[in-house]
Amino acid sequence: MHTEITVRVDGAPRRLTVDTRTTLLDALRERLGVTSPKKGCDHGQCGACTVLSGGKRVLSCLTLAVTQDGARVTTAEGLAAEDTAPDERGPVDGDGRSPDDTDRHLHPVQRAFIDRDAFQCGYCTPGQVVSAVGMLREFARGWPSAVTEGGREPRLDHAEIAERMSGNLCRCAAYVNIVPAIQQAAAEAGTEVAG
Amino acid sequence: MTFLSAPDAIGSDLPRRDGPAKVLGTAVYAYETPADGAAYVHPVQATIARGRITELDTTAAEALDGVAAVLTPATTERLASTDDRELAALQDEEVAFRGQVIALVVADSSETARHAASLVEVAYAQQAHDAELRADRDDLYAPEQVNPTFPTDTAEGDVEAALAAAEVTVQQTYTTAMNHNNPMEPHATTALWDPADGGSLTLWDSTQGVHPTRAALARVFGLDEQRIRVVCPYVGGGFGSKGQPHVNVVLAALAARALPGQPVRLALTRQQMFCLAGYRTPTILRCSLGADRDGTLTALAVDVVEQTSRIKEFAEQTGVPARIMYATANRRTTHRLAALDVPVPSWMRAPGECPGMFGPEVAMDELAERLGMDPIDLRVRNEPEVEPGSGKPFSSRNLVGCLREGAERFGWSRRDPRPGVRRRGAWLVGTGVAASTYPVNRMSQSTAVIRRVGDRYVAEIGAADLGTGTWTTLPQIAADALGVPVSRVEVRIGDTDYPMASVAGGSSGMTTWGSAVVEAARALRERYGNEPPDGAAASGSVGRPDDRYAMHAFGAQFAEAHIHTDTGEVRVPRLLGVFAAGRIINPRTARSQFIGGMTMGLSMALHESSVLDPRSGHVVNHDLAEYHITVNADVSEIEAYWLPEHDPHVNAMGSKGIGEIGIVGTAAAVSNAVWHACGVRVRDLPITLDKVLPALEEG
Repeated sequence: MHTEITVRVDGAPRRLTVDTRTTLLDALRERLGVTSPKKGCDHGQCGACTVLSGGKRVLSCLTLAVTQDGARVTTAEGLAAEDTAPDERGPVDGDGRSPDDTDRHLHPVQRAFIDRDAFQCGYCTPGQVVSAVGMLREFARGWPSAVTEGGREPRLDHAEIAERMSGNLCRCAAYVNIVPAIQQAAAEAGTEVAG
Repeated sequence: MTFLSAPDAIGSDLPRRDGPAKVLGTAVYAYETPADGAAYVHPVQATIARGRITELDTTAAEALDGVAAVLTPATTERLASTDDRELAALQDEEVAFRGQVIALVVADSSETARHAASLVEVAYAQQAHDAELRADRDDLYAPEQVNPTFPTDTAEGDVEAALAAAEVTVQQTYTTAMNHNNPMEPHATTALWDPADGGSLTLWDSTQGVHPTRAALARVFGLDEQRIRVVCPYVGGGFGSKGQPHVNVVLAALAARALPGQPVRLALTRQQMFCLAGYRTPTILRCSLGADRDGTLTALAVDVVEQTSRIKEFAEQTGVPARIMYATANRRTTHRLAALDVPVPSWMRAPGECPGMFGPEVAMDELAERLGMDPIDLRVRNEPEVEPGSGKPFSSRNLVGCLREGAERFGWSRRDPRPGVRRRGAWLVGTGVAASTYPVNRMSQSTAVIRRVGDRYVAEIGAADLGTGTWTTLPQIAADALGVPVSRVEVRIGDTDYPMASVAGGSSGMTTWGSAVVEAARALRERYGNEPPDGAAASGSVGRPDDRYAMHAFGAQFAEAHIHTDTGEVRVPRLLGVFAAGRIINPRTARSQFIGGMTMGLSMALHESSVLDPRSGHVVNHDLAEYHITVNADVSEIEAYWLPEHDPHVNAMGSKGIGEIGIVGTAAAVSNAVWHACGVRVRDLPITLDKVLPALEEG
């Protein structure tokens, strides 16, 4: 069975007909050519496919595309435009001549990931970055996590970030760089960061 | 060899050149290669571990709208070479392990391909299978050699006599679990067979080596190598599992050849990776140490039992590191294999060294305990002057320096050696140490071309960047070899259209490709001087190693373990490693490799275990929910340092290779820390709470 849907992907409305079995992840990657979200497990176990839907982080491999009719979906590629005011965006810095994308604008979390070398192979990275942005919004709304002490305001310390980012696996194991990268970006955005 | 004695770009803390593309997600991985009208491939897998297919009915699958082809052993082209039985896909009806691919569906969407695969009806004549590794099997055999070309057994002196005469002995069995590499990017290929002019095959494949993959596919299909192009600018992790092509690449090529002119895409599912993409064999190590009262080793034996598959032998060199670590007059190492009806094992990060340093390094800790000696002092006491076995001098060996520097940084001198006496709330606390080592490997072939293009230099070589930093570090080497700023150097890698490069394996990449780049730069400057004209080019190839020296990197790993007294939960809040690995090309990417290796070592220590049910031959926990790897919340402090090591003998850069040493010794350090915390010796990885809880309950 097929259904026609319209999804706003990284700011652009995209109209497509999908098999009702199609996940949002496969619709993005295989129908629309939007390959920033990655497929690592297809079972919601690794986080590589994380995107924002309506501003909240979701696992696109566990989301059927038909449920996203009319939704606003943001991938790592569109994060800078979606999440930041124009003056917060920065050009790619450093000596960093990249094989591609030398002049694309980056979100502060993405710049911090490069500064802190918070990735190696890069395959989980778009999911990590999107998840971090979604996580910081959850934190800003006061959502507690499993490690938040009862009755207390959560503090943005190592344990809170590590707990909230544990749905995003990194086999290169950049975890001890990912947490400081997120703290750096949060501090730049004016969030109080605990050590 | 031109030793780069005054490096400038080498040693610079440069950010990754591919950083922006990776944080945006615009770096193109194999499956994502733009290809109009691509078809999708889904394998059908055997549900028995041994037997023969008697019936394979594809009627329902083929009737499904959108299915372009169903390939079976009856309909698939005959391959030119089936010598490598792992790659001999769909050539006969025999089933050699559970999960083997027995048919292939190609369809216009991934959903249809997967659905059609589920509609293929299979009947089998099942045979009794054998998928259980035990040290007491009566059919263990000695392979001709162990990976890649080490002798299977070694013997010096008389180990048994020395053990009998020793004042103190440790004789224990240590086991490591079956582990799966599990790179985040599943093994994936986009393939196109262009039938024009006799045909040519293009594979956009996730691989640690485009040229080795091309060579293997050329053999299997009987094609001239010039008719195959393999492209791979980015690899979403490999850790050895993409070092040699597995059957998925052959399947993608078969599907492409069945649909000439149409691109096809094949990505293994995470579950399929547990059967089809290699793994680390479980290992059983019998370790025997004999020593004098002063800690001098008088005997050292490591006898290894591990598994391979019945269709293809892979003999992990688990006993090899014990051949060079410590001095002793009486030494024995042996390897015995069980050939089972199981998937084909292969390389996983530091094959040999990683499991092979678990048993011996825990045994050394047990020996230190028996002797009442500090485990660092025990290792220093047995430091060899030359490489045991070969008698060659070490090009450099700074194990002792790593142990001392690590002890200083970790606060080892304040350690009370007694186990089970430190309590913090509900947690018992302990610390442990273990040594690391990894050889300096150099592959025999690799060539680079450097060309002057305007004001810049372009270096081309078919090398790979698995996240190891090649895009960033090769330009640093080229810049110093050319004597120009790194901003004037561009590299092009990951394509067989560039000169031949060896596999990114055995931590050999920088040694091998870097040497080729240095030779190309030297040739360019020799021919054209320091300002070559626009368009001037020269090539250079890796030379032979200086075989007068034994070349190894060394390291020391320190761990702090906390054991919950009620639940037995094991946490490792701190790891610290110090490495002596020659000159570090880029401290930023190097640190990431070290901490990445150490974290994977922590994962091996506490979490990773593929549970192969001998009744079915099936890895039952074949996904990332049940095969646990370290997640963010499992780590807090992981520090990596390195000694400034000057080694002019290893290669022109003075670098030793750092991709693998970080995982070596970590699990032993954790096990030793667990013992120090709670008094329980866990000799069987992973260290799960059920292994410490009984002793805690007694205590």
